[in-house]
This record gives sequence, C-alpha cells and structure tokens, in this order.
Amino acid sequence: MKLYELTAHELHKKLVKKEISSVELTNALYKRIYEVEDKVNAYVTLDKEVALVQAAKVDKKLAAGEAIPTLAGIPGAIKDNISTLGLRTTCSSKILSNFVPIYDAHVIKKLRTDETIFLGKTNMDEFAMGSTTESSFFGATRNPWNLNRVPGGSSGGSAAAIAAGEAIWTLGSDTGGSIRQPAAFNGCVGIKPTYGRVSRFGCVAFASSLDQIGPITKDVTDAAIVLNTICGKDEQDATSLNVEVPDFTKALVPDVKGLRIGLPKEYFGAGIDQKVKAEIEKAVKKYQELGAEIVEISLPHTEYAVITYYIIAPAEASANLARFDGVRYGYRNMEATSTPEMVTLSRTEGFGAEVRRRIMLGTYVLSSGYYDAYYNKAMQIRTLIRRDFEEAFQKCDVILTPTSPVVAYPLDGKMDPLQIYMLDVTTIPVNMAGLPGISIPCGFADGMPVGMQLIGKILDEATILRAAYTFEQATEYHKVFAPLGGNNK
Amino acid sequence: MKVTEKDVKYIAQLSRLAVPQAELEIFTEQFNQILNYAEIMKKIDTTGIEPTPYVLPISNAFREDIVKPGVSHEAALQNAPAVEKDGFKVPRVIE
Repeated sequence: MKLYELTAHELHKKLVKKEISSVELTNALYKRIYEVEDKVNAYVTLDKEVALVQAAKVDKKLAAGEAIPTLAGIPGAIKDNISTLGLRTTCSSKILSNFVPIYDAHVIKKLRTDETIFLGKTNMDEFAMGSTTESSFFGATRNPWNLNRVPGGSSGGSAAAIAAGEAIWTLGSDTGGSIRQPAAFNGCVGIKPTYGRVSRFGCVAFASSLDQIGPITKDVTDAAIVLNTICGKDEQDATSLNVEVPDFTKALVPDVKGLRIGLPKEYFGAGIDQKVKAEIEKAVKKYQELGAEIVEISLPHTEYAVITYYIIAPAEASANLARFDGVRYGYRNMEATSTPEMVTLSRTEGFGAEVRRRIMLGTYVLSSGYYDAYYNKAMQIRTLIRRDFEEAFQKCDVILTPTSPVVAYPLDGKMDPLQIYMLDVTTIPVNMAGLPGISIPCGFADGMPVGMQLIGKILDEATILRAAYTFEQATEYHKVFAPLGGNNK
Repeated sequence: MKVTEKDVKYIAQLSRLAVPQAELEIFTEQFNQILNYAEIMKKIDTTGIEPTPYVLPISNAFREDIVKPGVSHEAALQNAPAVEKDGFKVPRVIE
C-alpha cells in the first residue's frame, strides 16, 4: 500500500505509532501530485512550503508525546472557492485569478486549529456554476477513472484529487449537487450537510440559500471525521445553526436492522441509465439482506426541481456576483476611461460564458414584470418540494436514490447547457429542502463508478452516515482504485 | 414569450455586462431554451402557497454588540487593482 492510498483514520494511527512522520506523508503526497497532475489537473494552486512547515510542527508535537487531533498532520486540499488567508483563492475564474484572501473561512480556521495540512486549492467550475469542471479558467479537470471523461462538478478537482491519490481528504461545496455528483463520478464519499450545519463564512457566495460546504473522502469514516471538525455555530454566518454537533464517528455502527429506506419512484423513471439503475437495485437488495425495510415513496414535485433551481440559483447569483466590479479586488480592464465602462468591461472579460449566462438569467427573473412569474413562483414550488420530503419522511428514515442518473460522460462538450442541467435532478431537491445527503460508491457501469445517494431528515446526518457505513463495510467498492488512464487518447 | 437579441442586450446592461456580438445569437437561443422549459411551472397552481426563500425558520440572528478590530487599510487595499494614497483608485466618475 502506498501512503497516498490510505485513509485519514489509517494514517492517523501510523502517525501516532510513529511509523511515519507528517513531513514524510506530506512529501509522499506532493510526489504523487507531481506524478499525475499533468494528466488530472485537480489543482489550481499548490502550497508546498507552508504545508511542510505545518507538517514539521505536528511532527514536533508527536515527538514530544503530545496527543493530536485525528486530522492533525494529514494532508488535504480545499476547493478554490473557500477563502484561505494568504493563499490565492480564485473560484477558478479569471476575475479572481490574482486574489489573495485577507481572512480565513470559518471552516479553514477550524481545520487550522486541528493542525491539518493544506496541500493546495482544487479546481472547480467557475464560481461553482457547472457539473463538469470544464468551465474553469485554469482548464478542465479529468476523471482519474478515464481521462477522457469529466470528473463532474462543480467540486471536480476535490473529487478527482481523492480518486487520483493527490489528497487524503478534501473540502467541496454543494449548491445543487456539487459535492455529491463529483464524489459519485470519481468513486468517492461526499456529504452535503444540513443547510446551516457548516458556516458559509469565507465560502465565496453563489446561491446563499443553497450553498453548503462538506467533505469528499475515501470512506465514510473520514467523512465523519472531517464533519466533526467543520460543523458548528459561527456568528459570522447568520444562517449558521446554533445546535449541538454530535460526534459523527459515533454514528459509524454497522447496523441497519429495521431501518426504513424509502425509494422515490420519480428517481428511477425516464432518463436514468439502465446500467446505473441495475447497480442501485443491487444496492437496495444488499440493504434488504442487511435487515433494512424497503418502502416505496413518492416525491411528486421532482420534475419541477431542475427549473426551480435554475431560477432561484441564478437569481441569488446575480445579486452575489454584483460585488465583482474591478474596484477593490480582482481583474480590472485598465483601458476603460470611465468607471461604469470599467465595471462593465472588467465583468465581461473577467467572467466566463456560463457565469455571464447565469448572472443574466438571474437578473431577468428578478426584473420588474417577471419577478412573480419566475422567481416567486419558483420559491412557491420550492415549498412544495420541501413538503414532499416532509411527507415522505413520515414513511421512512432515509431516502435512497442514484446520485446521478448517469456515470461520468465524455469530456467533449457535446451537450448543451439544458441537457447538463437536467442531470442534476437527483441532487437539486436535497438543496432545495436543506436536507443532508451523502453519496457513496455502490458499483460500476462501463468501467466508471456509480454513486448511491442517501438523503436524511434535517440535522439527521447520523442516520445517513450509519446507513452509508453499514453498506460500505459490507462491500468492497470503496477499496477499488482509479486506474488513471483508461482510454486516454 | 420570446426573448429577443434586443432584450438580451438590455438584460446584459442591467447586469453590468456586455454581450460580445459573436455570443449574442447563441445566448439568446439558450435563454429562450431555458425560459421555454420554465413554462412547465405553469402546470402547478401555487395560489396561496407560501414561498420558501430559506429552508430554516431563522429570522433575526442577534449577537452582543461588542467592538472588535476590523480590517486594516493596508489589508483592505492589498488586492486593489489601483491605489492612490489611502484609497481605491478608479477612472474619473464625473467629467
């Protein structure tokens, strides 16, 4: 076993037993990054010098016999829309390509307290708007399972880094599936916590009522460990919840006897790849063998989720991205002779096509005369989507669905935006209702990983973690490594 | 309802964006594609349904009013594209 193939909890034991040092581990990860990064392009920025200084600090503590947190000395990576003090944070956009934050995101502060190691910042769709990581200003990330396929998105770099052994754990953000879908496409574990569980302070805002930070890891145990660190009330985020954060590792019990798992019929209908469906059905059977009770449920407003999202998210984005004006930070067109011209040209040249399209769509649906027909109507349908889940959870404890109706598709730009948007139908409703959702590997189709999504009740991450852990311990999918090649032409 | 190239230009102006001529046609087409798709929302009667702007029932999040150090001028200006004296420099606003 190579060090980069191990999980955080395995490496923590090795550090404590002094079988390895954090400096050795961090160097091993950078060596791996240098080996594969020209194929994968998971990173935007590396921070080796600082990482090694931090690793040496942890080694010193270990040498002195001090106790360390589980993530101490374990190298991870951060999606490039999460603010890191002194380390460039670009959102994979030209407009922030030189931006160096003057403060840490809340989650970064918490991870620093745990003395973890940041290898660098991972690639993403520009401003997290996309499902393929193709819209990055720094070039597309490739899927380590097949370099001709997309890694998913928008946290494609964070998921590909895990699959390629370029990080032990990573952070992503999820507005409509941006943690879970790339986790599924890369055979990783990804969890979007309940809205409000994790502070959004320092996460560059896309759609504030939907955004949530969460981990992408190699197994469920590591996901619980990272969650333990990043969750919790933060007064700098007014939507952060003042609720007790349980020890999520306590939920890692291999037992689903009597657990009621709901299967929403709307998620298995038209549009799902039959091979993906077959893998999900196998997973359902596994749960039955393990003692879970399978219940048929209905989420009748599912067909409206995608359009509702593509009205609400751009509306919020158009307001959030108004701050990029070339005045205080970011890219500026230097030729403009007036301030209004400078603002317009800086934004037009600084944002990519998808971001501009969404800002304009959002501006349109909020503009006078269209607000009620589009934005308000979408918010009303959001209420109905939320109620669907409330009713479904009367009959079951968790909901099981495919994370995506398809496996990772070829990186050839052949699909139009709407076709790609439609594939988000399995993940979007979870953000709409603010629920926690996890994706775990559950099989392969055409040589690509298939992800299964487990959706929980508000603040009930524990139950989906338990269900995910039980399946993981009874299967081997999470132990298969990406070949990093495939049909690389 | 059909959005025209003229509408797209107007929306771009509201968004403080310009649409390069090369993109105008495709943007307009994609815009209409999405808005046509939005027509399915009309299938649902939402009369009397409360909109959901945020999923959690949080209203005012209060905290103690304690004075804390803010961002220094130096840090605030660190990422500025142009600086003069102690401020952000922009092209002339008023002729």
